[in-house]
Amino acid sequence: MRSAFQKLKSGLKKTHESVVGRIADVFSGRTKLDDELLEDLEEILIESDLGVDATMQLLDDLRDRASEIGEVDIGALQEVLQNEIKQLLSNGSHAVQPESQDGPQVIMVVGVNGSGKTTSIGKLAHQFKSKGKSVLIAAADTFRAAAMEQLENWADRANVDIIVNRKAKDPASVAYDAAAAAISRDVDVLIVDTAGRLHTQGNLMDELQKIHRVLGKQIENAPHEVLLVLDATTGQNAIMQARHFQKVVEIDGIILAKLDGTAKGGVVVAINRELDMPVKYIGVGEGIDDLQLFDPEQFAEALFY
Amino acid sequence: MFEQLSENLENVLKKLRGRGKLTEKNVSDGLREVRRALLEADVNYKVAKEFIASVKEKAIGQEVLKSITPGQQIVKVLHDELVDLLGLERSELELKGSPPHVIMVVGLQGSGKTTFVTKLGKQLRDKGRSPLLVGADVYRPAAKDQLKTNGSKVDLPVFVTEHNRVLDICAEAKQTARKNHYDVLILDTAGRLHIDEEMMDELSDVKQQMQPDEILFVADGMTGQDAVNAASEFLGYLDFTGVVLTKMDGDARGGAALSIRSVTGRPIKYMSVGESMDSLEPFYPDRLANRILGMGDVVSLVEKAQETIDEESAKKLNKKIQRNEFTLADFKEQLQQIKNMGPLDQLMDMIPGMGKMKRQGLSVDGSEFDKIEAIINSMTKEERNKPGIINGSRRRRIARGSGTSVGDINQLLKQFQQMKKMMQQMNKGKMKHQIPGLPI
Repeated sequence: MRSAFQKLKSGLKKTHESVVGRIADVFSGRTKLDDELLEDLEEILIESDLGVDATMQLLDDLRDRASEIGEVDIGALQEVLQNEIKQLLSNGSHAVQPESQDGPQVIMVVGVNGSGKTTSIGKLAHQFKSKGKSVLIAAADTFRAAAMEQLENWADRANVDIIVNRKAKDPASVAYDAAAAAISRDVDVLIVDTAGRLHTQGNLMDELQKIHRVLGKQIENAPHEVLLVLDATTGQNAIMQARHFQKVVEIDGIILAKLDGTAKGGVVVAINRELDMPVKYIGVGEGIDDLQLFDPEQFAEALFY
Repeated sequence: MFEQLSENLENVLKKLRGRGKLTEKNVSDGLREVRRALLEADVNYKVAKEFIASVKEKAIGQEVLKSITPGQQIVKVLHDELVDLLGLERSELELKGSPPHVIMVVGLQGSGKTTFVTKLGKQLRDKGRSPLLVGADVYRPAAKDQLKTNGSKVDLPVFVTEHNRVLDICAEAKQTARKNHYDVLILDTAGRLHIDEEMMDELSDVKQQMQPDEILFVADGMTGQDAVNAASEFLGYLDFTGVVLTKMDGDARGGAALSIRSVTGRPIKYMSVGESMDSLEPFYPDRLANRILGMGDVVSLVEKAQETIDEESAKKLNKKIQRNEFTLADFKEQLQQIKNMGPLDQLMDMIPGMGKMKRQGLSVDGSEFDKIEAIINSMTKEERNKPGIINGSRRRRIARGSGTSVGDINQLLKQFQQMKKMMQQMNKGKMKHQIPGLPI
């Protein structure tokens, strides 16, 4: 059994190799911070999806520090850059696990189509289950063909119960039934899946609000957590997604899925920089236990060492 | 789609437009901002860099047309380069040889493959083909169910099996197609993260066995810098024949669209723009470039101007404007040239913002032009060159001669004075505010 850290590290290996490896390459053999070096750095940061603003900020800071130091020590500048990135990652992010409380803890999961919602829910359910919590999943994605089958499949794998209503057209009614079932079955955690929607679709976004309301009517303060699933391969659009969803429902945290693809991580920096919306989990693989709590410190460490 | 990029680019271009002359520095400054806009739209770093270099080379030193503002010329260069980046021409689906044809659909997880497979199937059927959708994704839970449900929604046959042997599924599907006279097989393959070598090998095997006419790589329109990595990797393994962009109906920034074609050299064939099963659009590079630049079809307008306006007389006219010698005779000549370019309302359609104004009730027709021409024709040569001498009795005479009223004459003379005033301001470089909605 690999430790969580090892898994994160191997999941981030690509990121590590491509970002840090390349940053080290760029710095090695250089003696002064000239335009050429800055441009190389810019390329690396942009290609890691850090976004233009974060990249410019990092490079400006680097330039300032270089002029402060006067005599340019490239090694010191490298450290400056690494620390800056680490800091951007730590901004406002605090990994929180749902707390136990009276009655079911309700987690609502939202996101655009194909971001990895259903898979994340399966992994999340498994995680709670293996901590000895009883879990119920609500299949409130009544829109996508076979969404329910897919979720049932995950519920099976995680060995948790699921509320499905194939005849339901209104996702809010499924959420309502699930909340009632969660109470009567006295489960610890209720995870509500929602249909993927592009954040630009107003009517579907209204539907989210309705699901949110319905949950709150059954269980006090529910949903207690609203998690937004973002696809790590998404570019700067991820920030727009987060903003749009935030306007409709209060987002408590982000699940950054598919971080085990190629060079990623930059989105996290951009999101942490621009939004007060902590990344809580990262998806680093396709297995059921490949969901990690996001820890900026560890994340940054895995990036740099 | 592309709103963000469009808006950013328009802001940059606004600064370039309306300049009397473009220096190398103007262009460089503008292009730096264009580059930033591209990067913010997730265009691949290297692609953006090459793009800017190419635009710069073409924009600097280019002779500026007299019939339009020089900034407009930059727009044209940018547009042409964008079209070039996007693939120049529409690339059709190519199904050659004897049926059943095979279209293999590949792509990353969650890119929208299954939905695209259904949309494509429907489109092909609507065009008289008889497609069979094949559920060859045996990994994602319920992928086959999704395809089945999608297929039944639009009444398309779907081939799925109980077993999970991908190569067998494909072979059996082909047999079924032969037996039941389906002429196109569309394979919905498993989408993984592309670093999965095992998966890629399996797809290669499918390709080997099925010899597909087309392998379409499906890319999520919202993908960031990683878009080109994924595309290159799939290209390396499968040598796909075309690209499909999905989820273009959100506020996708379009970076993937602008980068993938350029990096892989494979044409973008379709664009998926909505939830409905009919929302699959063929990909037209030039139209997309227009959309990106938020410019209606100014390009055609510029080209028409290039075709119809005689360079020499344009030069002469420009000098006259600079010396403040523009007369009613020149005005008439200009009107004639505009009329030569084509029906007025069609020209107006090419101007961005005009379509909207027309919908709001702005009517344009050529009769206003005819009236003005008639009025000017009824003037003496002296009157055309020195409108100041046109007094009350001359106005009455001109009105009678042209079949108009004195009020019409007054209006024209007033407008002409305003026009001259505007030209003077332009000469002094005071022309900061342009007509809203008009880029010119």
